[in-house]
Amino acid sequence: MLRKGHIFKWYMGVFLVFLYAPAILLPVFAFNDSSIVSFPLKGFTTKWFAVLQTTEALHVAVRNSLMIAVTTALFSTLFGVLAARASTRFAFPARRSIMGFIMLPMVLPEIIIGVSLLVVIIQMGFELSLWSIILGHILICTPFCIAILSSAFMNLDQSLEEASFDLGQTRWNTFWLVIMPLVMPGIVASLLIAFTISLDEFIIAFFLAGTEPTLPVYIWGQLRFPQKLPSLMALGTILLVLSVSLLLVADYFRRRGIRKTGIESKGGFL
Amino acid sequence: MTRFQKWRRGEGAQGLFLISPTLAFTLLLLAVPLVMVIALSFWTQDYLTLHRTFSLENYQTAWTEPMYQYLMARSLKISMLVTAMTVLLAYPVAYFISFRISPKRKAMWIFLITIPFWTSYLMRIFLWKVILGYNGVINGSLMGLGVIEQPLSFILYNQNAVVLTLAHAWVPFAILPIFVALERVDRSLIEAAEDLGDSKLRRFFRVTLPLSMPGVIAATIIVFIPTIGDYVTPRLVGGPNGLMIANMIELQFKKANDAPLGAALAISAMTIVTCVALIFIWLNKKYIREAK
Repeated sequence: MLRKGHIFKWYMGVFLVFLYAPAILLPVFAFNDSSIVSFPLKGFTTKWFAVLQTTEALHVAVRNSLMIAVTTALFSTLFGVLAARASTRFAFPARRSIMGFIMLPMVLPEIIIGVSLLVVIIQMGFELSLWSIILGHILICTPFCIAILSSAFMNLDQSLEEASFDLGQTRWNTFWLVIMPLVMPGIVASLLIAFTISLDEFIIAFFLAGTEPTLPVYIWGQLRFPQKLPSLMALGTILLVLSVSLLLVADYFRRRGIRKTGIESKGGFL
Repeated sequence: MTRFQKWRRGEGAQGLFLISPTLAFTLLLLAVPLVMVIALSFWTQDYLTLHRTFSLENYQTAWTEPMYQYLMARSLKISMLVTAMTVLLAYPVAYFISFRISPKRKAMWIFLITIPFWTSYLMRIFLWKVILGYNGVINGSLMGLGVIEQPLSFILYNQNAVVLTLAHAWVPFAILPIFVALERVDRSLIEAAEDLGDSKLRRFFRVTLPLSMPGVIAATIIVFIPTIGDYVTPRLVGGPNGLMIANMIELQFKKANDAPLGAALAISAMTIVTCVALIFIWLNKKYIREAK
């Protein structure tokens, strides 16, 4: 007979296998010496990674995506800092509804955001470009940045700020000398999260991409060609390693930030 | 000092001043575009000319044409199944982490559950196709073990595959709010129920579940509403009978070149989903009130 605790452990085991199945299979196929992505495995090879190095179109897509992700990270973190500071420090009229409205893209289907931006850009007579994708990405990343930054700003002890005023510092100096160093880890975490989300975002980018593809748009185009699949698996593996490393760094900073303000860490992101 | 100067130095003004750039950006890139989509849905287009006169033609097509009715009903069904499956999968996991894991290791567990979400979205869906495919991982291993002789064909290119793949994609988003709600459950209430002689199961249904309901509701909303807008998963693993309304919206905006109809379909889908979500919230409030 299974004891109750064991049922839970079994369930968690099966659940984790389900959750991790794609992530584990990705590197398996990336190093598999066969041009078909299926079992049984044939042998070990790194040639699919070599193929990536010589694919010029991929390099263009990577450059586009990096440009978009960096710009998105900077702007959405900037918007996030302003909103998080405002909502955690000041009581202003209609605060709840304003914050609810700004956080709305988190629950809105991405296709709605993609479609509505597409309509505006076309109706206004603008050309689709990498900038249209950046605007869409800032819109969806800002709520995530606010969620991370709010906890950083909320943990700030207001008396530190008041002490700084009492010691004769201006508002501006207090912000840079007292507040910024304390929330810096939160800002780094927010930059990394926005970068990671933007780098992987497909639905909005697909609607707003003009002639220049981003990395996911490029991948989507290649998924149709069976002979391209093994090298896509290699690409996916690189992306997986990259995003998990970025996340570990982001999580390290987030925890350090929480430790700095003297509160014990509970839970992960969001 | 005038009243205006006083107001300007007050908290309210400072807060509004700080939030204004973010608010302006969201108004300009979310509210204005949404209003334009609504306007567009009342216009009509034949071939390349857009007629800017008010008309309900698109909505008439969207709501009466059998193909759209059918797609809408199917999308709603798939989204509901995905939501139910996601929440049912997520609840025990959130419960396990909240009640069975020592406080120090909870953060690590939450991190462990969010990692797969950060693997490339397209790759994840594509790998489900590999796992479920005719020569895929499941069929391969089942045949290798001798459980089946012919590959199972009912697991890919149908609605089950769409539900499974979407549930996989959304489950971390359901675990987090449920976990947060369970963490807030006052443990002494459960002990009180135990002291008063409630069995484990009764304790769960009368104390823990009602108290964690806000998390379940949040999870439902977070999963249900965006799921209706996914067109990649149905396209890759759904086959011809697994396509959803978002595929049709994408088609109207891109290849079919009838943006007004696409806009009407998008707005109809959003309206229906929002109504279903509101009904669900209302039913839940009733449940919680009755549990008290």
